[in-house]
Amino acid sequence: MNPVVEKVAGWREQGKKAAMATVVQVERSGPLGAGTSMAVSEDGEVVGSVSGGCVEPAVFEEAMETIETGRPKLLTYGISDEEAFGVGLTCGGTLHIFVERVDW
Amino acid sequence: MGEILNRWHRALREQAPVALATVVRGPGVGDKLLVTPEEHVGSLASRDLERAVVEAARGMLEGGRTGLRHYGPEGQRRMEDVEVFIQSFAPPPRMYVFGAIDFAGAVARIGKFLGYRVTVCDARGIFATKERFPFADEVVVAWPDEFLKEAEVDRRTVICVLTHDPKFDVPLLKVALGTEAGYIGAMGSRRTHNRRNERLLEEGVTEEDLKRISSPIGLDIGARTPEETAVAIAAEIIALRTGHSGGRLAERDGPIHAPPEETASR
Repeated sequence: MNPVVEKVAGWREQGKKAAMATVVQVERSGPLGAGTSMAVSEDGEVVGSVSGGCVEPAVFEEAMETIETGRPKLLTYGISDEEAFGVGLTCGGTLHIFVERVDW
Repeated sequence: MGEILNRWHRALREQAPVALATVVRGPGVGDKLLVTPEEHVGSLASRDLERAVVEAARGMLEGGRTGLRHYGPEGQRRMEDVEVFIQSFAPPPRMYVFGAIDFAGAVARIGKFLGYRVTVCDARGIFATKERFPFADEVVVAWPDEFLKEAEVDRRTVICVLTHDPKFDVPLLKVALGTEAGYIGAMGSRRTHNRRNERLLEEGVTEEDLKRISSPIGLDIGARTPEETAVAIAAEIIALRTGHSGGRLAERDGPIHAPPEETASR
């Protein structure tokens, strides 16, 4: 059983809002494949992951915002630029992640 | 809970095939369809786009593929206006372990860990018991070759022949070679391996077919215990699927991760 879907179904059953973030494309080297997902509930609970831990904090913030606004977004994360304090991947790949509120 | 989430959740629980298609860029971003081999739930901005995506999703579901597809606003091909992410959720792949020995227990356990639906099969009822193989989904008492003839096998299927007795191995491997299984491994010492190959050639198996069999089974990591051997076998199964060498990352350059496969999620 898919733990992310299981958890999201549980939250929605309890009437909680939730957002899902799904990897839709991986360019070059990346730890997890397309279809990998993480979900966030309105009270900040997290299940699953979308990378090796590099971008999860940023995706969490984006997901919390999407829970509020309901607006889906397609995010792209590339190699990290330490000097720019940018959020990024240390593996050198590029991740495309779709974030959406679960109201379907 | 919405209808799509509800149906998705249920399909995964029942291990029924299901695909999700989501518009991730372009008009109608966020629109979603749930697609099964028989029907679909949800709708997209245009009828024709919906029809094109449902058709694509069924094709991808059949092949267990996940990835992005592009369309025009009315579902036209070779246009880029609408980007749709289609994700297949296929039932877990199967692992068949033949020979109810200690090694089989460890292989069944690591098979479960990797997400396989594991069946252990042996002709000897005193060894092939659920108590001895608590991690297996299914323990079957049957002649291995007879059992495999009737078993469900596809390209994701893994077959581990651990009997290392030519009496069982030879007919079983002949049946295995007639399937499209992605991995066929056979356990045995060098001597067993050589004798088994001779017998298989006598029985009309070609040299080309013999190369499909990972024998002796497993990567060369110096495994001794059943658990270590199971790790060697599991690592070989993964390396063959991804086309990697199985050597040490520390001793080679280049990307670490396998190139993205369009494989199904679970």
